[in-house]
Amino acid sequence: MAPVDATGEADLARRLMAGEPEAFDRFVEVFRTKIFQYSFQMCGHREDAEEVSQETLLKVFENFDQLREPERVRAWVYRIARNACLMKRRKSVFAPAQELSLDEFLPPSGQDGAPRRLEIADWSALPDEEVLRGELRQVIHQAIGELPEIYRAVMLLRDVEELSTAETAEVLGTNEEVVKTRLHRARLAVRRKLDAYLRSRKN
Amino acid sequence: MATEHGAHPGNCEEVFALLSEYLEAALPAGTCQEIEAHLADCPPCIEFLNSLKRTIELCHGCESEERPRPLSGEAREGLLAAYRQALAARREGGGKRGQ
Repeated sequence: MAPVDATGEADLARRLMAGEPEAFDRFVEVFRTKIFQYSFQMCGHREDAEEVSQETLLKVFENFDQLREPERVRAWVYRIARNACLMKRRKSVFAPAQELSLDEFLPPSGQDGAPRRLEIADWSALPDEEVLRGELRQVIHQAIGELPEIYRAVMLLRDVEELSTAETAEVLGTNEEVVKTRLHRARLAVRRKLDAYLRSRKN
Repeated sequence: MATEHGAHPGNCEEVFALLSEYLEAALPAGTCQEIEAHLADCPPCIEFLNSLKRTIELCHGCESEERPRPLSGEAREGLLAAYRQALAARREGGGKRGQ
């Protein structure tokens, strides 16, 4: 399936709203996979993700007459999916609610005002794009999957699905400042996992 | 540690808190200039910034390769029925409720 960007999704929603017969199957094809991948990462269970995909699409179509602006289809669909995920909450995955502190990601500073010594891996040695599709992709997914729920949701929506800050805030029912704060901490956590992975490759 | 827009990042900790917004060009011009003034004189922060930038680039387009099971005919029919009903409602009354 060819990837569909935000413009393509809005166009698809527009065609669906106009009742174009072929738009239905295309819409299902595009969004079913996206919802499944998002909810699999959020719920942690394949069966839950399968159910969330179907329940979300059903709700999307049942309430389709409410969608007035095709440009908002992404945020609208993900918001419904997010609520469906919350209904599947399993304590092992979602609890306890955990906050990440900025300080825990700050590299240790030198003593007595000495220059900060940063011990980070050699990022220029990152595997090429072909390898990325394998091992590195796994590391990223695992790192995102290990984030506390509130950070995982922001990271998936902003950096993987590439929703805007405003759209992400709309999906999560919060404001843009909260999205920005959580996104930065989530990125720092994933960066640290990647850094550890690069070190382990070197050794 | 300053984290608000309009902050005056002068040291590593303050810059560190603003790096994501800096990368997205979401900060006021003055704050960006102050970050750049710091970076010009702080190689470790540049190194960290580059690794964070690479992290974000790697996450883009890094959707899971997991796929849902093929849609059953029955499930598709359920969705199609809901869609047709909503479409009819939209045509009749221009939608029941606002978005």
